[in-house]
Amino acid sequence: MTVINARFKLNYGDFTLDVDLALPSTGVSVLFGHSGSGKTTLLRCIAGLEQAQQGYLEINGAVWQDSERKIFLSTYKRPLGYVFQEANLFSHLSVLDNLHYGLKRVKNNLGMIKLNQTIDLLGIGHLLARMPSNLSGGERQRVAIARALALNPEILLMDEPLASLDIKRKQEILPYLARLHQQLDIPVIYVTHSQQEVAQLADTLVILEEGCVLASGSLAETQSRLDLPLAQDREAATVWQVIISEHENDYHLTRVEFEGGSLSLAAVDAEIGTMLRVQIYARDVSISLVEPNSTSILNILPAVISQLTEESDSQAVVQLRVGQQLLLAHITSKSLVLLRLKVGISVFVQIKGTSILN
Amino acid sequence: MLSSADLDTLLLTFKVAAIATTIMLLIGTPLAWWLSRTNSSLKGVINAIVALPLVLPPTVLGFYLLVLMGPTGIIGQFTQWLGIGTLSFTFYGLVLGSVLYSMPFVVQPLQSSFAMIGKQSLEAAATLRASPLDSFFTVVMPLAKPGFITAAILGFTHTVGEFGVVMMIGGNIPNKTRVVSVQIYNHVEALEYADAHWLAGCLLLFSFTVLLVLYTQIKTSPMAQPFK
Repeated sequence: MTVINARFKLNYGDFTLDVDLALPSTGVSVLFGHSGSGKTTLLRCIAGLEQAQQGYLEINGAVWQDSERKIFLSTYKRPLGYVFQEANLFSHLSVLDNLHYGLKRVKNNLGMIKLNQTIDLLGIGHLLARMPSNLSGGERQRVAIARALALNPEILLMDEPLASLDIKRKQEILPYLARLHQQLDIPVIYVTHSQQEVAQLADTLVILEEGCVLASGSLAETQSRLDLPLAQDREAATVWQVIISEHENDYHLTRVEFEGGSLSLAAVDAEIGTMLRVQIYARDVSISLVEPNSTSILNILPAVISQLTEESDSQAVVQLRVGQQLLLAHITSKSLVLLRLKVGISVFVQIKGTSILN
Repeated sequence: MLSSADLDTLLLTFKVAAIATTIMLLIGTPLAWWLSRTNSSLKGVINAIVALPLVLPPTVLGFYLLVLMGPTGIIGQFTQWLGIGTLSFTFYGLVLGSVLYSMPFVVQPLQSSFAMIGKQSLEAAATLRASPLDSFFTVVMPLAKPGFITAAILGFTHTVGEFGVVMMIGGNIPNKTRVVSVQIYNHVEALEYADAHWLAGCLLLFSFTVLLVLYTQIKTSPMAQPFK
């Protein structure tokens, strides 16, 4: 399962990167951290744009760097696709020629049929004849993504592809990224500092701080780890993978299932069987010792408390298991004491709100 | 009217300028690329050497070249060892002098247009499987096109107009080293003002036309216009 092994030690005087990572061969691995945490430097080391003094990088069994054996594959020899923060299109080439630039240089490229599918997937068919200077920021970034995919790379690296866009353009591009997420069968390493992008795209989450890996694991596990700052954040949330099982048209609701239970959501316009990512904010979850039966809240689920924070201030964080899913709840420390909540006891959670991510 | 001798000098001048410009572009391109990318401590020295002809009196440059190309000079000994004699008072001596004299006019516009091409474009090319040489030809050269045009035009016109260096190393040999600027001088010396007018007028028209094209057609890169 693990096919990406990356160990890098790099020193720039005031900044040190020291990571040892193993990432899965499928899905999106998000490198998450504040600016200066080293996430972009790590990605550039993987691409070979930066050469760590000490490094070992193995992708799908191929060694791209091994400083002990003096192996360092130049970027242009690495079968990767890279999307920069700024789209970095060639300003002297049309959109189509930009797409062809890499394609021409790769033997097992995507081929014209699949390139056309990628062009459709990213909605850039009407832009092919234009020059990059006549594109909006969002369009440029979509072209850059298509240009990287046209190479038919073994791995796709994306460095904050949405960071330079305003909120409206971000919203315009995110659905395309979500679609890519479902259709790509290569690993993607995605750098961001946005929790929203983490929630929407990540399968694996790597949290970086000051050049070191603070945590690394599946999104659900990492999101709900109480020893990480993420769980304490006001925006703390967990993301569940669910499947549409039923539409309750009378009430404009959709029922979805997950391993060990089901939820009601506001009506989703999608077929039964469709996979969804649902985000539940910790602040929208409350805990009850008995099953509440006269409440307006629809989503009441049995749960078991799996972890608690010590009550150090007014707010406590509780990690629960609902079936196989992990859930976070932010409650007051006072409630924690009054309800005598302990690890291992069975409770009911009330979920006040959910948001659908794709 | 232009006499046939005048026409010969014009032809010779353009021949020197064309060959010198070609050589300057071939040498100047890698040199300018290196200067625009390097952090080497040699950068300052090389920059200064390249720019020297901008401030040095042409006769000084010509004098040193004359000495160096002479039978006892380094260049002279080298060319004699090659079996081609000395270069002073020859066509190729003139080309060599022109190359050194006009080099800054080629290197500087190239250097500034290379510097404007960010690291990002080259990194993008590398992630798209282009080797450094490949990306130089397919990304750098097209993006630096205004710089190349400016460099070629300035190098060429500056060579056409040189006088001091020619007088020192080329002399005044018809059909070998007698270029337009020298011919104009000859006409004036002989009080043939009408002939001097014709030739001077030709050069004035030529220079003005070239600059007009340069400033009206090349709008892409303001950096490529060093005199703006």
